[in-house]
Parts: sequence; C-alpha cells; structure tokens
Amino acid sequence: MKKNVTLLLLFLTIGICSAQQVEVIKYDQLKSLMHAPNGKVKVINFWATWCAPCIKEMPQFVALQEKAGAELEIILISLDFAEKVDKVSHFVERKGLKSKVYLLDETDYNTWIDKVDKNWSGAIPATIFVGKSGKNQLLHEGEFEENGLNVALNNFIKTIN
Amino acid sequence: MKNKVLLLSILIMTSLSFSFTGDGVGIGDEAADFSLKNVDGKTVSLKDYKKAKGFIVVFTCNTCPFSVMYEQRIIDLHNKYASKGMPVIAINPNDKIKSPGDSFDKMVDLAKEKNYPFPYLYDETQTTTKAYGATNTPHVYVLKKTKKGNVVQYIGAIDNNAKSSEGVSKRYVEDAVDAVLNGDKVKETKTKAIGCTIKWAAS
Repeated sequence: MKKNVTLLLLFLTIGICSAQQVEVIKYDQLKSLMHAPNGKVKVINFWATWCAPCIKEMPQFVALQEKAGAELEIILISLDFAEKVDKVSHFVERKGLKSKVYLLDETDYNTWIDKVDKNWSGAIPATIFVGKSGKNQLLHEGEFEENGLNVALNNFIKTIN
Repeated sequence: MKNKVLLLSILIMTSLSFSFTGDGVGIGDEAADFSLKNVDGKTVSLKDYKKAKGFIVVFTCNTCPFSVMYEQRIIDLHNKYASKGMPVIAINPNDKIKSPGDSFDKMVDLAKEKNYPFPYLYDETQTTTKAYGATNTPHVYVLKKTKKGNVVQYIGAIDNNAKSSEGVSKRYVEDAVDAVLNGDKVKETKTKAIGCTIKWAAS
C-alpha cells in the first residue's frame, strides 16, 4: 500500500513537471531571449489566446518544433494579460505545445513595440526571425498562409548565410 | 549621360512614391475623403460635415477583443468632442468572408446594442483602409480640416492602457484633439499598440 502511494506521488510529480509553466516576463527578459547569441536561429511568435488568426496558424509552429534540430529555437510570446496566465497555461497543455512559452507583461505598448521591431505595427500575429548571432532579424506581420512559416524561415536562413 | 541621370531620378521618384502609397498617409499628409455606407443605410463622407473642425477617424470592428475593450472609450470620445467640432467616424475595415462577425448586418446589430452616437461605416472594398494605411484595430487617425483638405495630425492608439481605462496615464487621442482645437501642434504624433490584424480579403 505504502509503495502504491509513493508510486502514485511519483506519477503525479512527473505529470506536474511535464506540463509547462508559462513564465511571466518583462521587456528586458524578452530582449535577452530574442538576442541571445546562442548559435540558434530563433523564431519568435507574438500571439494571444484571444487572437483567432494566431490560434489558426499555431499548428505550423507545432510542426516546426517537431522537426527543429539543435540549431533552431521556437519561442512563443503570449500577449494575454498577466492575470490570464492560467488560461495560457491551459491552452499550452491542451495543445501539447513543446516550444517555450512566455507571457509578456507589458501593457504600455508604445514604450516597447518599436524596440522589438521598428517595422511592427503592433498587430498580432507577428513573427520575428533572428539569426544565430542574435543580430539579424526579419519581421513577418500577420497570419502565415499554409506552409508560409517554413517558406519564410527558409528564405530568412538563405539571406543571412 | 544627362538622359541616364534623368531616367534614374524618375525611377527613384516612382519607386519612392510607390512605397509611400503602400504605407498610407503620414503626419501632415492630406487624408482622402471617402463615401462609405453607414449602419443606417445612408452614405457618409467627411465633406458632409460642413461645420466640423476635424475628425477622429477610428478603424475598429465588432470582433477584435481590443476593439471591444475600447467601445465605451470611443463613445466617450465622440460625446466629449462632437459638440466641439471633432466627431468620431468609425470604419470597419474587415472582410466579411475572412471575419463573418464583422459583416454589415452584425455592424448594424452592434451599433443598435451599444447605441453608437457616431457613424459606423463599412469599408467593404477596403480601399479607404489601404489609402489611410491602417494596419490593426483599433487604429485612430486624427484629422484637422484646413483649406487644403483634411490633414493628418495623429496616428495610433487611443491611450496607453487597453485593459482598463482607470489605468490610463497617457490619453494620446484626447491630447491630439485638444491640440487641434487649441490651434497647437500635436506633441506625440504617432504611437503603437497591440491589436488585431485587419482581415484583408483574399486576393
């Protein structure tokens, strides 16, 4: 009996650990994430649970994550309000998202949108590709058409190499 | 040689003017008038407002959660400034096939439900939206009526806190409209905010 309880606890712990905790971050942390020169090409997607076109294109990011090697990093930045972090976590769990998900808690939008990318209007979805050096970056504003994410990523990798 | 220089400058000028049209209007540009169908079935143009001193043109829609959060604040803007000569003109830019909740019939329903005191127009062809260069909802253009037309004074967000009107510390549109009414220069002419993309018709 004791053994069973221990086993149950163990399973529960594993279950809790495997569900991703969505970390709430500020702009400075986003900046570090975007520009870390960690030898990986980064795909950074700005989305929200309330944004229909964001949800519609999410499977493209899931598919890309499935085949991503060590040189590609996919980061999903939720722009839901911080008090909705549980809703975001539930979404991540339900969809089984393997990519790292953060919630950016910065609601004074005009103070940081230009810093993320001068060409970005602030409309979501928006995706930014960043080169391995953490320097070159390219913005795609709006929803990707079918297979559009792969095409855009391949084009970006070609132009920076 | 001279011809080549001329050709080159023509080429550069054409490419520049093309890029400008693609980006819509900027601060100080004249904003084109339009003729769009209002929720009451009548057509509305800026030129109909003989006594207006300017306009608060708001690209907004039924379905975008950020537009919904700003519904009351847009009504408040109109109630504060229409009598002073700066009415709100709301324009729904979204394609009804891409976003069925933004069809003309749904606009009529929302305008009735919220008792909109301002015109709520449908840019069905999206021509006006493209001419202005609106990219998201809600997206505001403050215009000042001058002898040479309606000149753009401000482009951007309504204020700096979508979530709660109590948390607002910068009222961008009110500041811009006050400046226009007082004959002052608008200090902050462009701002950005998170919002929904405009749902463009499939080309």
